[in-house]
Amino acid sequence: MYDFNYHKPGSVDDAIKALRKASDGKFVAGGMTMLPTMKHRLASPSDVIDLGGIKELLGITVKGDTITIGAMTTHAAVAASKDVQRLLPALAKLAGNIGDPAVRNRGTIGGSIANNDPAADYPAAVIALGATINTSKGEIDGDEFFTGMFETALAEDELIISVSFTKPKAAAYMKFENPASRYAIVGVFLAKTNDGVRIGITGATPCAHRGMRLEEALNKEFSTAAVDKVIMPVDKMNADIHASAEYRAHLVKVMTQRAVEACK
Amino acid sequence: MPTVKMKVNGKPVTAEVEARTLLVQFLRENLRLTGTHVGCDTSQCGACVVHVNGKSVKACSMLAVMAEGCEVTTIEGLATGNTLHPMQQAFMDNHGLQCGFCTPGMVMTALDIVNRNGNELDEATVRKELEGNICRCTGYHNIVKSVRAGAKAMGSKP
Ligand SMILES: Cc1cc2nc3c(=O)[nH]c(=O)nc-3n(C[C@H](O)[C@H](O)[C@H](O)COP(=O)(O)OP(=O)(O)OC[C@H]3O[C@@H](n4cnc5c(N)ncnc54)[C@H](O)[C@@H]3O)c2cc1C
Ligand code: FES
Ligand code: FES
Repeated sequence: MYDFNYHKPGSVDDAIKALRKASDGKFVAGGMTMLPTMKHRLASPSDVIDLGGIKELLGITVKGDTITIGAMTTHAAVAASKDVQRLLPALAKLAGNIGDPAVRNRGTIGGSIANNDPAADYPAAVIALGATINTSKGEIDGDEFFTGMFETALAEDELIISVSFTKPKAAAYMKFENPASRYAIVGVFLAKTNDGVRIGITGATPCAHRGMRLEEALNKEFSTAAVDKVIMPVDKMNADIHASAEYRAHLVKVMTQRAVEACK
Repeated sequence: MPTVKMKVNGKPVTAEVEARTLLVQFLRENLRLTGTHVGCDTSQCGACVVHVNGKSVKACSMLAVMAEGCEVTTIEGLATGNTLHPMQQAFMDNHGLQCGFCTPGMVMTALDIVNRNGNELDEATVRKELEGNICRCTGYHNIVKSVRAGAKAMGSKP
């Protein structure tokens, strides 16, 4: 890893100031993605701005049916939160199955969403639940946040403050995981909301997205048989040593069916 | 160079380190606590697990400066004089290691499992909780046995 200047600001304003001053600055949250990337010299920022000292980014708050999770909240804290377990058990379960215990003790929701790994779990939930990403510049709709592989709608100097989720009528997340890393080979988050069924798919394609065809079928008839009839486009799927495109297309349907069963 | 202050195994330490120094490098190279191992560069093997403020973390994926003001416990901090910690003893009694490379990380993870799940652990829980620790020798069976026995022994400690 190349050396860098290290900053540990105490506020969001100071973090953004430090980033703007740096020639090539990067925020670091849990470091579970950033540090391996820097060790491999795939990233070599001039300045690393540690968000670990900013209290505004911590904590989980509930207002009516809306639950807001601070960007620096770890996966372990989301999984263990009584509020998340009560309002959004599917999200608590998702967080509790990310990586392994040590990864969950450091990795954060803000870091996971900002990073937008094609196989990350949280993006599927953000999309399916129509979450709102609260940033230092305003609000970004969950549907518009993930723009491409490792790409998001965040500006260079924009910081995620928190993510707000609204309690759905029912929800379930089903992941077919890579047995080594536990990343999703395919993950499907299904939510029954006031606007009908919404589906977020991760792992299958270069960027998490809504499963429009599946939503359409399930809004007509909420059953596993309805999913069977949907044709998944194979050409858009990822293919690697873990799973071929055909297999991933198949897995999307199977994971959706499992989620349908869990939401019945 | 930044200065970092933390408590390691109960002892306060202060040092000047390059910002890029990993916590595991700091422990091994500055403090010569070489019980914490490095088995990969992808944050997947768990040979480097230590506790920071009581929680298991991968010391290869944290900067030393990120542990500023924290309490760090390593494998060297567990035994009391010549008496092994009950979890270490359980690994010995149950043949929970062969080459021993993964063992420090396994033991530190095992203690974190007990902290969160208590002293009566079923096999499925232990196997799931050990997801972030890789062993290339044992086939895990005796490690699982060791963790369960160690957890029980910790519960019956006077
Ligand atoms: C062994 C292993 C297994 C894993 N398994 C899984 C898995 O099964 N599922 C899964 O989803 N993930 C998995 N991960 C990834 C893990 O969840 C990471 O924690 C996550 O991707 C990044 O979060 P972080 O807090 O560590 O962010 P960092 O690594 O610190 O940062 C990641 C990126 O986000 C930016 N960033 C961080 N916080 C903010 C913010 N508040 N505002 C703006 N930008 C920000 C950083 O600048 C950086 O570019 C795994 C990681 C490891 C090492
Ligand atoms: S050395 Fe830290 S996980 Fe492998
Ligand atoms: S005992 Fe050799 S790696 Fe586990």
